[in-house]
Amino acid sequence: MRSAARPVAVTGTGVVAPGATGRAAFRELLAAGRTATRAITLFDASGFRSRIAAECDFDPQAAGLSAREAGRMDRYVQFAVAAVREAVADAGLDTAAGDPWRTGVSMGSAVGGTTRLEADYVVASDRGRDWVVDHRYVSPFLYRVFSPGPLAGEVAELLGARGVVHTVSTGCTSGLDAIGYAFQCIREGRADVMVAGAADSPISPITVSCFDAIRATSARNDAPESASRPFDRERDGFVLGEGAAALVLEDLEHARRRGAEVHCLIGGFATRSNAYHMTGLTREGLEMAEAVEQALAQARRRPEEVDYVNAHGSGTQQNDRHETAAFKRSLGAHARRVPVSSVKSMVGHSLGAIGAIELAACVLAMDEGMVPPTANLEHPDPECDLDYVPMTARSQRLDTVLSVGSGFGGFQSAVVLDRPDRKVLQPS
Amino acid sequence: MTGTTRRPVITGMGALASTGIGADVVGRAAREGLSGIGPITRYPAAGTPLSLAGEIPDFDPLEHLEGPVVAQTDRFTQLALTASDMALKDAGLTPAELAPYSFGVVTASCAGGVEFGQKEIERLWSRGPSHVGPYQSIAWFYAASTGQISIRHGLKGPSGVLVTDEAGGLDALGCAGREIARGTAAMLAGGAEAPLSPFSMACQFGHGLLSTARDPERAYLPFTRAASGFVPAEGGAMAVVEEERAARARGAVPRAVILGHGTAFAGMLRFDRSAEALAAAARMALAEAGLSPAAVDVVFADALGVPEADAAEVRALRLLFGARRAEEVPVTAPKAGTGRAYSGAGALDVTLAVLSLEQGLVPPAPHLDGAEPALPLNLVTGRARPLRPRTALLLARGLSGSCSALVLQRAGDGP
Repeated sequence: MRSAARPVAVTGTGVVAPGATGRAAFRELLAAGRTATRAITLFDASGFRSRIAAECDFDPQAAGLSAREAGRMDRYVQFAVAAVREAVADAGLDTAAGDPWRTGVSMGSAVGGTTRLEADYVVASDRGRDWVVDHRYVSPFLYRVFSPGPLAGEVAELLGARGVVHTVSTGCTSGLDAIGYAFQCIREGRADVMVAGAADSPISPITVSCFDAIRATSARNDAPESASRPFDRERDGFVLGEGAAALVLEDLEHARRRGAEVHCLIGGFATRSNAYHMTGLTREGLEMAEAVEQALAQARRRPEEVDYVNAHGSGTQQNDRHETAAFKRSLGAHARRVPVSSVKSMVGHSLGAIGAIELAACVLAMDEGMVPPTANLEHPDPECDLDYVPMTARSQRLDTVLSVGSGFGGFQSAVVLDRPDRKVLQPS
Repeated sequence: MTGTTRRPVITGMGALASTGIGADVVGRAAREGLSGIGPITRYPAAGTPLSLAGEIPDFDPLEHLEGPVVAQTDRFTQLALTASDMALKDAGLTPAELAPYSFGVVTASCAGGVEFGQKEIERLWSRGPSHVGPYQSIAWFYAASTGQISIRHGLKGPSGVLVTDEAGGLDALGCAGREIARGTAAMLAGGAEAPLSPFSMACQFGHGLLSTARDPERAYLPFTRAASGFVPAEGGAMAVVEEERAARARGAVPRAVILGHGTAFAGMLRFDRSAEALAAAARMALAEAGLSPAAVDVVFADALGVPEADAAEVRALRLLFGARRAEEVPVTAPKAGTGRAYSGAGALDVTLAVLSLEQGLVPPAPHLDGAEPALPLNLVTGRARPLRPRTALLLARGLSGSCSALVLQRAGDGP
């Protein structure tokens, strides 16, 4: 707890995103600015206000899951397992060789097994007719779905991890927070290796209808591929998504000892609450600005050193204006110079998962020297007057990257990624 | 959390359990060995395998919260909000007097707003998408309680939500302790659950750990030959955690010190093979506390009430204390009287352990005095014992495999 803060390295990433299963496909999607939003196919959405989503074309078998695993695991857990396997392979990490008690898991999810719970409820309750459902028509394995705890549990069993294992469920900042908590565990000496990430598969009737009820989602049903329009004056809400991403985090010394390739470091993490409204945001963005300032201070970086900002950019008017104000407040004049973009313009908003998917995008962006674009940004909102990288990716060296998230409940989180300089990485 | 100059102390507590409303009421019931386990009344349970639970008697949310807050929240959040109000009042702390961003909230959640969610899904499927209400999106998700508590009291500091199932209550307190050590002035921490909806319980019959007994006196008997599963419950607790010097400087009286927290993974649903992980978690917590196992005066056990799981917990105590001390150290399980309130259970144990340290009395595990012990333990049964404990070790295990331990110590006169 009081021990000197240990540097934390990112040594692996894995992604299951809409339109892109795996890191290579995801990199290509980001570079091309391709959108993966479409008419909902996962259920019959006729009768709903919003009938569009960013869905994953996920084949569990192709992703390396056995029939048994696929049968046992809920869809969001399957995404997570596929992303974790890719991340661990990328890190070249042999989890069996490490100390299992110093290896942990921190996974985020906003809604956990809701989709599966709803499906089983509909059957057992005879389409909502019976309040006291007949348990004989419910899967006997539903206790694995009832809470999102098993998300982290499944990943830990996959890795043989015996250390800190938890699921984080802070709504739409779950992904950033899960990775942030893992960072703190290593930084403060409670673990040497943490596999961290997030997963959600919320595209279901109840989730679509609950966002319909508050008109938070886009109803651009006639043009789903251009429906996610952050910072564009013709935006009309976010597009629901799904997916997962995972990072392998390690004590830098641990990574160096085993000769691992280090993508980047996690420099800082902070989360604050707006204590304002469960769904509303202020126009000033003070609390997000505070989270950004604290994360930068922890990373010992000045605002001018930020090369790229991965925005929350959900495509609701209040969000886009809220975070534009937060960037101006926290980054000062540099806010007008630094490129800011929203990956949600391409892969939608997968609630708890998106923070991890966006951090995976940031790691790829740093590796490639590429700023992902904001797709569909054709008519800039005059109140959003920063450089949002419209339509086309850019080539640019990125050494320090900031990623933020904002969510229902008032959570505002920020993570700073830093590229290690060569001296840091020399063998000890 | 030794070595740091910023010691986290508990300065206020609020609790709701099947044995009553309010930390003192729940504490008195525990000391007297009273039970809150009874027939399920929250839904018609007659045709279901489960007939008993620990329901909070006479909890009317409108007695504690404003109508608009009640309308937009599930019962689990109403319980957490009520416990938070009580904890803040007990601590005598006005959040507005602290610096902005210096007061955060961390709750543990496992069932979320399951009853609210069941009602809305029922509306959707029986009447159609336009009948889903505007509060579904904020009432049922696991982060609802932390968000609502933060809004109610203007708490803008670091906030979080942990899901480690029944281990969550202890983890939330551990997380709060670390936030204090990092520099945050105060945290509201704990967990409250309201899992007693028909669909929620139907999800859980498959694991076979629930007690299907019909006699409240014989339904939840951990560590005995009659152990036949656990009785589920609603309820939980919230605690105000502050940095000790600042708390004393403002005139607060610390009620207990959070000295250490540890957690390790046993494998999902592997209560039967949890001994090593539970012992590892306890060792971590004691190492952080700078204490040896010999310093532990009382153990608040996880006490699942399933024979293989109880045996594993006893093995964990042997690994930690050695065979002889494991049979001597007083072990209690007040949750045998309240029922097992999921993430709320650990938070309730924190409340009862703090009261135990303050009052010098170890509360008994109710219902156990007549039952034949299955395992060699110094189990506190019958009446509260005047053992004047100074250091308590709390243990908890979650369905998804996390095993956690928390070390609390009597506050004394200061660092």
